[in-house]
Amino acid sequence: MIARAAGLAVLVAAIAAFPLFMGSYPVKLLQEILIFGLFAMSLDLLMGYTGMVSFGHSTFFGIGAYVAALALVKSPGLTSALLLPAAVAAVGALVIGYFSIRVSGVYFIMLTLAFSQMFYAVAFQNAFLGAEDGLVGIPRPTVAGWSIGSLGRFHAYLIAIEGLLALFLWRVTRSPFGHVLRGIHENEARMQAVGYPVRRYKLAAFVIAGTVAGIAGALYTQFQGSVSPDAFFWTTSGQALLMVIIGGTGTLGGAMLGAAAFILLQSLVSSYTERWMLILGVTFVLLVLFAPGGIVGTLRGRVGLRA
Amino acid sequence: MSEAPLLALDRLSRHFGALAAVNGVTLSIAPRERRAIIGPNGAGKTTLFNLITGHLAPSAGRVLLGGETVGGLAPHAIARRGLSRSFQRNNLFPRLTVLENLRLAAAADGKGSWSLLGGASRLGPSLARARETADAVGLAGRLEEAAGALSYGEQRQLEVGLALATRPRILLLDEPTAGMSPEETARMTRMLEGLPREVTLLIIEHDMDVVGSLADRVTVLHYGEVLTEGSFDHVKADPRVYEVYLGSA
Amino acid sequence: MPTDLFAQALNGLSYGVLLFLLSVGLTLIFGMLDVVNLAHGSFYMLGAYAGLALIAATGNFWLSLALAPVAVGIIGAAVERSCLRPLYRRGPLDQVLLTFGLIYVFEDLVKWIWGGRIRSIPTPDLFSGSVTLLGATIPSYRVFVIGFGLVMALALWLLIERTRLGAIIRAGVFDAEMSAGMGINVSRVFTLVFAFGAALAGLSGVIAGPIQSAYPPMGASILIPALIVVAVGGLGSLKGSLAGSLVIGQAETFGKAWLPGASMLIIYVVMAAILLFRPQGFFGRALK
Repeated sequence: MIARAAGLAVLVAAIAAFPLFMGSYPVKLLQEILIFGLFAMSLDLLMGYTGMVSFGHSTFFGIGAYVAALALVKSPGLTSALLLPAAVAAVGALVIGYFSIRVSGVYFIMLTLAFSQMFYAVAFQNAFLGAEDGLVGIPRPTVAGWSIGSLGRFHAYLIAIEGLLALFLWRVTRSPFGHVLRGIHENEARMQAVGYPVRRYKLAAFVIAGTVAGIAGALYTQFQGSVSPDAFFWTTSGQALLMVIIGGTGTLGGAMLGAAAFILLQSLVSSYTERWMLILGVTFVLLVLFAPGGIVGTLRGRVGLRA
Repeated sequence: MSEAPLLALDRLSRHFGALAAVNGVTLSIAPRERRAIIGPNGAGKTTLFNLITGHLAPSAGRVLLGGETVGGLAPHAIARRGLSRSFQRNNLFPRLTVLENLRLAAAADGKGSWSLLGGASRLGPSLARARETADAVGLAGRLEEAAGALSYGEQRQLEVGLALATRPRILLLDEPTAGMSPEETARMTRMLEGLPREVTLLIIEHDMDVVGSLADRVTVLHYGEVLTEGSFDHVKADPRVYEVYLGSA
Repeated sequence: MPTDLFAQALNGLSYGVLLFLLSVGLTLIFGMLDVVNLAHGSFYMLGAYAGLALIAATGNFWLSLALAPVAVGIIGAAVERSCLRPLYRRGPLDQVLLTFGLIYVFEDLVKWIWGGRIRSIPTPDLFSGSVTLLGATIPSYRVFVIGFGLVMALALWLLIERTRLGAIIRAGVFDAEMSAGMGINVSRVFTLVFAFGAALAGLSGVIAGPIQSAYPPMGASILIPALIVVAVGGLGSLKGSLAGSLVIGQAETFGKAWLPGASMLIIYVVMAAILLFRPQGFFGRALK
């Protein structure tokens, strides 16, 4: 236990200190990993812990991204950067979740996908949202009088938020609420029969996951300085799914590992060969077939695609 | 009977198209009573349970729990009102430990389950109740095993345990000894006999020895209707009951 | 105006035919295996590229039209046996996720072999002109596509409803466990249905070739309309596939022409509404 905590502390310190000893390209890669890792972790709460496989998680990522973009241009502060995107994403998750949770399995997959495509359609065809090209020139916020435009300051800001949210998600999974979610994943019908209002719990999980995804989206807008309809596109949801499964569903940390694997594959491998998509796809297929626990699951010796 | 019935069914019916799976069943169960429901396969016993627990909505008639009409309520709402049920086929949480299985059931009524940030300490009360229930159903030595790794007989014990852990007023058991060997059946019967009398029991059973040991009264179901009702000896002596079982063989 | 309408309707019809051929396989695969095969768009893409390769090799469009689906069918059978069969006992969600991974694999393989640029596929000489129908001038190839589609719809209906093989498939779609109990080699039928569905998707891709050309992301982009068709028509229903693809084909075509700002949105709203309020679609079997 102590060893793991110490190891984690060292890792976090190394990540935080990254800009001190690495150039801007690796630092930006790390930042991208952290942002998508957060997105994937929120999906893992939904998929790995509650058992709800959503193909529309990009909906909330996109909502957060666009709200941040629109708000930061008007007033670049923390409210625009984080609070407003989180709030709007939460409301969106409440509404969409309320409807989506009425169906399950394959129908849930298709319905969540349909919702994300709806938002894609609106963003793509709407001039106010920048249509196909999206919005550019988004400024980074000013926090407590400090502008966090520079690489180092943005890094500190990102680490702080990521740390808080990762800790929050971790606490949730270990809480009584998290135990209920796991029970629902294992046997939803019995949870109902025993007295849990299962739908309410699922909706709560959906809203929490959607809110965190929205914050990840907002962070991405601040990272890039721009936003495009691709944030809503179903392949963005698919990427998150890939990341969760590669890292290991139901492990939270696995989602971050999966994000690292995906992004490193995409950027590093592609400098040696153009075939990163093929490698990723084959790796994923092999994982699903032979090592469904993902990286973390295999290390722990687990069987079964979902925790 | 001087007390109001704990569970009452009033002309309860359920149709599937033209088929009446349950047809105008009326019965009352007093508090602390132990009632067995018997009948050949297809008599509608499990359907009756599903109607009582809210898994199926009635086509006609009422279900009254403690005088309150509960027919058509969602299963979790009915469970919250003190009615708990075990299943004919094991319906457990296979990858969770026996202790966690029972704890989840024990925690089902508490508001504590909405705690998002509380840690392990918040699980205390439900853990204590889970251990008590494990003792009651004879699984005290198996708490750290995954439910899926238990023997079939132990799984049936856990199956009853899950229903018991919610501290119900009335416990519905659907063929608790299904598929058990004679030794396992005897163990289960002793366990059920040892349950506190405050818990009213309604048991679907095929094994007449179990019925004889446990039941105060027996209701016989046939083609979804009540054929007869009375003490075990009274029902055993009724020639119609004998015919009904023979005829369906 | 009416001639414009008619021309648009014919465009919508030919697009609907492509969707139909694509969605039939998808809906049968779901009905039988409970799998939403997200790699179905990839089979469409493979069909187009197989057509491209065969035309380059033989110079004959019709030969390619006949052979390309066979090639795709074989690939489909291989996928089913190697990747999906081991997952049957693990449940449909794992299979769905695996097919998603296959999208990446196939798209990149195609990019590797043929490059990422758009490759055009020549229209067959027989239909390279245009015809004038009711005052509207349209490429005669589109008329061919429509005619071919209707013939295929009839042929498929006959196959599914009137032959013993079709009866076996229908039984499997209805209840695979029961069929196995009746002595039908269910796993072989699964492979057959999957391969057949893939072949139909490939057929759609070859036919689409002269209209849409071939480019690697074409599979991923037609997957969504196909999913919408299947959701609206009803998962598992051939009739639903036909009805759904005709409706969606017209809706998308006219939507783009009349309501360019909202056409995409409306289609997805329809899909969501169906999934919520009538998840079995218009013709699918009622859910338990």
